[in-house]
Amino acid sequence: MQLHDLEKAFQDKIDNEIKIEPKDWMPDAYRKTNVRQISQHAHSEIVGMLPEGNWISRAPSLKRKAILIAKVQDEAGHGLYLYSAAETLGTGRDQMIDDLHSGKAKYSSIFNYPTLTWADMGAVGWLVDGAAILNQVMLCRTSYGPYARANVRICKEESFHQRQGFESLMVLSNGTAEQKAMCQDAIDRWWWPSLMMFGPKDSESTNNDQSMKWKIKRKTNDELRQQFIDMAVQQVKVLGMTLPDADLKWNEERGHYDFGEINWDEFWNVVKGNGQCNKQRLEARKNAHTEGAWVREAATAYANKKAAKQLRKVA
Amino acid sequence: MKINIQKYFYGDFGVEDSAGINDLKSTTTKETAWPLWEIFIRSKQGLDHKHAGSLHAADAAMAIENARDVYTRRQEGVSLWVVESKHIHASNPDDAAAMYEPANDKVYRHPTFYDIPDEVGHM
Repeated sequence: MQLHDLEKAFQDKIDNEIKIEPKDWMPDAYRKTNVRQISQHAHSEIVGMLPEGNWISRAPSLKRKAILIAKVQDEAGHGLYLYSAAETLGTGRDQMIDDLHSGKAKYSSIFNYPTLTWADMGAVGWLVDGAAILNQVMLCRTSYGPYARANVRICKEESFHQRQGFESLMVLSNGTAEQKAMCQDAIDRWWWPSLMMFGPKDSESTNNDQSMKWKIKRKTNDELRQQFIDMAVQQVKVLGMTLPDADLKWNEERGHYDFGEINWDEFWNVVKGNGQCNKQRLEARKNAHTEGAWVREAATAYANKKAAKQLRKVA
Repeated sequence: MKINIQKYFYGDFGVEDSAGINDLKSTTTKETAWPLWEIFIRSKQGLDHKHAGSLHAADAAMAIENARDVYTRRQEGVSLWVVESKHIHASNPDDAAAMYEPANDKVYRHPTFYDIPDEVGHM
């Protein structure tokens, strides 16, 4: 078959909602885009453990500590599902980890913001996980089979993350004056970065068109962002708190909430590595990898020794 | 009333040290990279093991332990199979037409192909 025919057959499958599986023919750019997106998603799960891990030792009760540990453990699992999905496209795990550590691969910028108070754990669960869920629900229907399946598994686990965050904020919002202020302060700091999680405006985004055509993405950045805002405006009322945007207003004509301008200079600045915690996050990851090297080597040596013993027994 | 929120900058704030991107060297080599394993889970007694995903592990025992932690944190299973991925042989997608299409026009292989009067009862 000619390349042109292969490409047409490929697009036909996508148009007919037939998933692409690892051994199927696919355009190089489709493979590359998926590797970039899936590995970036995986890195985000792994780096995302850091801001929350920060509060495990300082959780206010045993219950909250157990919840937080379970959540962080989930993130590790999600990272693994995603790395596995990316590996089916022929890129090795080592390569992906190296790309993260060298700064070549990105992860979600949201994790470059610090978690300064306990209320941040609630705000991260409600807003950051909430934003991530919208994206991941969409990705359950992405065209690459292994990536879609990984997201189905992730979504099953992720909804507990958002609910525990919201519940934790509800406790604070019914608490002392200090606890209420802490709750509002956390919402104020996490609101705008959460909106930035959906990426640049559609008019500025370079990857949107092709990714939509290939059904890697099924909704645009702006559509997902609007969906998130419309939901959060209702939810924040339950908390008795406010969102830090004076321009939030119901627009009868659009059937959506209008919102203020996002600070895109801040967004690009954090993407380029100048956020408050970029260096600390990357360093933590690299240290974990380097300091764990002896464990990986020991496990390999032990497996080899056992295999050799087995071989002698058989012989 | 003055409200003071204690913010913990020490645990989660650090720009003083550089990330040292330039002195990065890869610590993994092909010799120490763990092989890939496919994980199959039986969700309850009486059901088949079903493919759940994959992971890297040094040996089968470690693959089972890791699969327990990664794939069965919410009572997803009562039994695990792990198989090193290299031992799985798969049919070729290019052969899909030749392999599976011959089944398309053989509706007589399905029970619904046959009309049986109602009075026969369940058959």
